[in-house]
Amino acid sequence: MRDVAIIGVGMNKWGELWEKSMRDIYVEAALLAIEDAGVDHIDSMYVGCMTSGLFVGQEHLGSLMADYLNVTPIPATRIESACASGGVALRHGFIEVGSGMSDIVLVGGVEKMCDVGGGEATYALSTAADQEYECYQGVTFPGLYALMAHRHMHLHGTTQEQLAHVAVKNHDHGSMNPLAQYPFKVTLEQVLSSVMIADPLRILDCSPITDGAAAAILCPLEMAKKFTKKPVVQIIGSGQATDTIALHTREDMSWLGATARAAEVAYKMAGVGPDDLDLVEAHDCFTIAEICVIEALGLVDRGQGGKAAESGLTALGGKIPVNVSGGLKAKGHPVGATGVAQVVEMVEQLRGEVGERQVEGARVGLTQTMGGTGGSTAVHIFRRV
Amino acid sequence: MSTSARYWRGIPQRYRLEANKCKKCGQTSFPPRLVCPACGSREFEATKLPQTGTLLTYTVIRVAPSQFVDEAPYAVGVVELDGGTRITSQITDCSLDAIRIGQKMKVEFRRIRAEGLSGIICYGYKCAPVAVQ
Repeated sequence: MRDVAIIGVGMNKWGELWEKSMRDIYVEAALLAIEDAGVDHIDSMYVGCMTSGLFVGQEHLGSLMADYLNVTPIPATRIESACASGGVALRHGFIEVGSGMSDIVLVGGVEKMCDVGGGEATYALSTAADQEYECYQGVTFPGLYALMAHRHMHLHGTTQEQLAHVAVKNHDHGSMNPLAQYPFKVTLEQVLSSVMIADPLRILDCSPITDGAAAAILCPLEMAKKFTKKPVVQIIGSGQATDTIALHTREDMSWLGATARAAEVAYKMAGVGPDDLDLVEAHDCFTIAEICVIEALGLVDRGQGGKAAESGLTALGGKIPVNVSGGLKAKGHPVGATGVAQVVEMVEQLRGEVGERQVEGARVGLTQTMGGTGGSTAVHIFRRV
Repeated sequence: MSTSARYWRGIPQRYRLEANKCKKCGQTSFPPRLVCPACGSREFEATKLPQTGTLLTYTVIRVAPSQFVDEAPYAVGVVELDGGTRITSQITDCSLDAIRIGQKMKVEFRRIRAEGLSGIICYGYKCAPVAVQ
């Protein structure tokens, strides 16, 4: 494998982008990344997207996005792994550049979710769960994470207040991110009095429905300085893993086995461990998700995730800041774009470019994104060269 | 979205809890699988799941997907049936406030949803707490 660098990233303001089409959202982010990288062409492209077919009736994104980015006839491939689509797309870009098959690869992610109503969006997202044996019973995604939350509370004594602290922290961070869908703070009282969606998860425990895209440009590390004068960020570890599709088949329904496995592989490849990380972008699709993820990544002991946000451990300025971008919670969660947007934040953090939410002296960071209730996960580790 | 073929294919599981049991290691799979998740064997015999178990976790769905909007709020949980096989199921015949992890449950045959004026009425299993004597 060749060493692989990220030399450009791009992302626009996320939110309810009524005036923009899915293709325009994607192309805008891709053009920003190309401009940031200083490249004059790309050799190949991966597009992470969960379910454009259900959201806007459009599949075949490889052709569509290559066409509208004006990069045909390069190979372009759509990657689907539910909410981990963007992270898995990055892994495929990493493999393609690392293998020597291509030199300059654009990895993008997109989801246009606001063109459908709430019930349809809930249905579209639920297709990441087991349709026949979970969804048939009327369970939703907030519902599945609520099942995990009640199990975590039962086994480890985690509290609703501890869940709420994750939302408060990530909105604090998001208030410093102008591209976030909800760049404002929330109080503990607001979270705890917000409307119940699926007990014990309230609306402010949930990430929102979002339109958005993000993109990154990968190239061999040895070529990076030819294109960019900015600090170069290297991908030093990549791990991907799966778990059962249905939550109920997992021995411990509050433990993310695929995330633990993907992290183990990525740590080994990178030659680093949890203590070496300066920051983490984690998949906080619900507050309970961040709690479970930081346990699986080894940032805290198993069962202790609930205390992390409450104690300030995972806040900006804490021992290991998690989701300084605002996370999915405040930044938004256009599912296919999320894994790539984590990379945008990571690269800008490691370059020292993000202003008031900068993690001082950040050199090594990790991104983690997962599909469904954790049935698929991608973990990547990055280092400023 | 749902066709009649897709519906009737699921009837043995939804109506009768039909599972399969690995001839090699004894692991029960629900729904039946072609490869045993415990030992990799491909030899199975037919079995049925027991109809009593324990509630492991639950939630109350207050914002429902489009097909279940008229039912909300309703409870959903994971029940571990006697013998260890787990199912995700609606919880019925009880107050939403009375549901507790660890409760003994029994499986009931119920209507799950109706698919509109001309659609199939979908049946299947739901779980109800066993009354404490």
